[in-house]
Amino acid sequence: MNLPVTGEQLTFMALAGIAALMAVGVVVLNNPVRSAMCLVVNFFFLAFIYFTLNAQLLGISQILVYTGAIMVLFLFVVMLLNLGGKQIFKERRDFKPILGMVVGVSLFGMISSQLILPMLKVDQIRADNAYGAPQSIGKTLFTNYVWPFEIASVLLLVGIVGSILLAKRRV
Amino acid sequence: MQEWLEGLHPAILALIKVLLFVVPLLMLVPGLIWWERRLLSWMQDRIGPNRTGTITLKSGKKIKLFGLLQPIADGIKLFFKEDVTPNSIDRLIYFLAPAIALFPAFALGGTVPLGPSYGIYGLLTPIANVDIGVLYFLAISSLGVYGVVLGGYASNNKYSLMGGLRGSAQLISYELAMGVSLACIVMASGSLRLTDILKTQEQALWGAVPWLQNWFIFTPFGLLSAVIFGICMVAETNRVPFDLPEAENEIIAGYHTEYSSMKFAVYFMGEYAAMFVFSGIFATVFVGGYNLLPINWEYLMDSQWVGQFATLMHNLQYWLAPLVFLFKCAVGITFYIWFRATLPRLRYDQLMSLGWKNLLPTAVLNFIVVAIWILVTKIHSTLMGIVAGALAYVLLYFLFKSFLGATRDKPILQKRTLDYMPEPPKPQSNPVTGA
Repeated sequence: MNLPVTGEQLTFMALAGIAALMAVGVVVLNNPVRSAMCLVVNFFFLAFIYFTLNAQLLGISQILVYTGAIMVLFLFVVMLLNLGGKQIFKERRDFKPILGMVVGVSLFGMISSQLILPMLKVDQIRADNAYGAPQSIGKTLFTNYVWPFEIASVLLLVGIVGSILLAKRRV
Repeated sequence: MQEWLEGLHPAILALIKVLLFVVPLLMLVPGLIWWERRLLSWMQDRIGPNRTGTITLKSGKKIKLFGLLQPIADGIKLFFKEDVTPNSIDRLIYFLAPAIALFPAFALGGTVPLGPSYGIYGLLTPIANVDIGVLYFLAISSLGVYGVVLGGYASNNKYSLMGGLRGSAQLISYELAMGVSLACIVMASGSLRLTDILKTQEQALWGAVPWLQNWFIFTPFGLLSAVIFGICMVAETNRVPFDLPEAENEIIAGYHTEYSSMKFAVYFMGEYAAMFVFSGIFATVFVGGYNLLPINWEYLMDSQWVGQFATLMHNLQYWLAPLVFLFKCAVGITFYIWFRATLPRLRYDQLMSLGWKNLLPTAVLNFIVVAIWILVTKIHSTLMGIVAGALAYVLLYFLFKSFLGATRDKPILQKRTLDYMPEPPKPQSNPVTGA
């Protein structure tokens, strides 16, 4: 076959296209549950992109943590507040959309300024087989990055204890 | 056969693998439903569906099929039933929800090996022998909640919504204990790959009895993990005694109240398929997968006395491996049905306190003990490792118990008294007798 694009590019375009479309859907749709579902699909396709790049652990963590836990909680809260159905958010016309746009564009600029230059030097599409394996990630995490890892876990613990304290106040 | 398979394009081979897993699963679901109805009937001293499919020949002779065609008849009935769609639903999500519920049930078994990792089975199972087998299973099983939640939400019915809310709370709670109980096994076998976990189970029992296999259910930590995983497995599939999302005497039918005809059947099928695959994962992780007996036939093959028999059994084991695996899944399903016939449904507060205050701390305790055992074994000796593990169990148990005593005033099965319940009147002295 003599396609102008390679199979890898085609796969990436399909996955990334759907992911981007869903990301737009999150913002555009009025119904909060549909927005949340768009986000779920977006996370899913992001995970698929990770899989195609041979980063299986990263991809499965994406599904496990974001779609499996966080988005379920999102949906739970949306349903608990009963925001669904006919209820539609009407945004007021004030400075908030403009401010949001500015923050968004500046964030995009910041991340892309950090990413584009290193990305230009990339000559290998996929990571090596062992690179994204749980063994190598575990080893790196618990040797080179053990302090950041421990600090993050302490932070999470503080978060858990704090949320219990907040919830306990009413019980 | 093997050469032919090796010569195929990887994509076609992958398709064959998927079909070999999904088609039997689809075909087995009606059989499971029949088995559930018959077994429940026997347990409840009834007869159950035993007539459908009886063929009477012209000579008056009857060919009995024990009602095996009943699920097919039910399926046809479900096809032709009126499909009621309520008016004020969220149409897109309402129609998508059953499909979303079916997807994780079938995708769940993607990393489960149905046979040994050599020979023809090595080519055909598991569908994906990835580094992250256990994590894949956890991730997909955590998606099971979407079907319940979205079905409950889209129906625009308060009972459905209640069912969906209960479902999401329950599934989130029990996933944690399930993950931690699997983490013990992962730590003991040193790999997230399900085929590696099976290989660890084929080693010598406790590292001491070479002709027996070290199935994790035979080790103390494995047994504890298996119990926790088993309970969480029942909760994850919304089965009795954890069927709060569809508790019929409280919220009609919960999340699938507004679903009729084939859409209900899809939910139903998803539940049964999930039960089957969960049983398969239990079998793979805890009871040796495709091995029928916990005996290392390969080791016994060199023996003078039973050598020939062992060789025969080894070959038999190899060729019957998928059937043995299916048999173990069927045993798991039988346990599911047994629970349904035996146990009453949990109350919501009992569900939560079982999950958060009992299963999760026990799983974490087990996790810590396994870590201590492995560490001491590595830096000292096997014996000291076992001693340290046992000591850690005792210590942590008392710690856990004292914590529980300090934080919990009511045991979970005690009758709950409501806050607003009036005090019962105190017995007054009898005006006649004065007592």
